[in-house]
Amino acid sequence: MGLENRVVNALPEVLTTRLDWVVNWARKSSLWPATFGLACCAIEMMAITAPRNDVARFGAEAFRASPRQADVMIVAGRVSKKMAPVLRRIYDQMPEPKWVISMGVCASVGGIFDNYAILQGVDKVVPVDVYVPGCPPRPEGLIYAIMKLQEKIQTDSLRNHPDVPMLEEPALVGREA
Amino acid sequence: MAKAPSAEDIAALGERFSEAIRGTREALGEVSAYVDPAFILEVCTFLRDDPRFQFNLLSDLTGVDLGLDQEPRFEVIYHLYSLPLGHRLRLKAQLPSEEPTIDSVTSIWKTANWHERETFDMFGIVFEGHPDLRRILTPDEFQWHPLRKDFPVRGYDDF
Repeated sequence: MGLENRVVNALPEVLTTRLDWVVNWARKSSLWPATFGLACCAIEMMAITAPRNDVARFGAEAFRASPRQADVMIVAGRVSKKMAPVLRRIYDQMPEPKWVISMGVCASVGGIFDNYAILQGVDKVVPVDVYVPGCPPRPEGLIYAIMKLQEKIQTDSLRNHPDVPMLEEPALVGREA
Repeated sequence: MAKAPSAEDIAALGERFSEAIRGTREALGEVSAYVDPAFILEVCTFLRDDPRFQFNLLSDLTGVDLGLDQEPRFEVIYHLYSLPLGHRLRLKAQLPSEEPTIDSVTSIWKTANWHERETFDMFGIVFEGHPDLRRILTPDEFQWHPLRKDFPVRGYDDF
C-alpha cells in the first residue's frame, strides 16, 4: 500500500505505524500518578503498588510527590472546601497531557459527607476522566480504573489537542522517491 | 479511670472562691465545677499553682451550644489534669447568646492557644487576651460558626 510498502521494502529494519497510536501507547504504558491521598482511600491507593496487586504490571507504579513529574492525579478521599484551591493548584502544576481519577464516592460526589465542609465532588474544581465507586474501592477497582483510563488514552488523538503545536506538513514529504 | 480531687479539696475550692464557683456536680466519679466567666483566670491560676490541685495540664478546652432557646446559651469547658497528682477536674463557664466573651487562659496554659482558636472558629466565642485569635479549621474567608445550632449542616450555597 503506497508509501508504507515502499518504506518496508526499502528499509526492512523500519517499523511503520500511526503516530497517534505509538504516542498513546507510550503514554498509557507509563502513567505516573501524583499522590493525592486525602483519607482512607489513600490506604487502598498505596495497596495497589504493593506486591499482591502490583500496579507495575500496568506501568503506573511510579508515584510522584511532585506534580511536575506526574501525569495522572488520583484524588483519593474527601476534598474539603479548604483543600479545593490547593488541589486545583497541584493540578495546574502538572504538565500536559494529564488525567484525573476520582477515587471513591467522597471524591466523586461527596459520599457520606453531605455537609458544609466537604466539596460535593472533585469534578467541581478539576475535570475527571474516571470515577471509581466504593467506600473505599478495593485495589482491584482502582486498577480497573487505571485500565479504563488506558483505554481512553489509546483512543485519543493529537488532533484533539489544538493547543499543542503540530507540524504543518508531514515530515516525510520530499523523500518519497 | 483517673480520680477526682478529694471531696475536702473540692469543698475548700468552693469556699476559697465562694463568689466565683456557682456549684459543683459529680457524675460517674468525675467532678464538674461551674465557674463564673468573670473569674476564670483567677480560678485557673489557683488550680494550677495550689499544691493540693497542681493542674499543670489543660488536656482539653472546648465549647457547647446548649440551644437557641437557652440562656445562657454557650458553655466553655476546661478539662484539667494534674500530672504529679494524677487527678482530673472539669470546669464549665456559661456565656450569654449575645457576644459570648471570656478571658483567654493562654497565659496559664500555652496549649490553650489552638483550642481557643478552634472554639472561636466553631462557636464564635471570643477569647479576650488571646495572642492570635484566627480561624483554625475552616477557610479564612468562612463567615460563619458551623457548630452553632442555627447553622445548617449543609452550609450556605454561596460558599
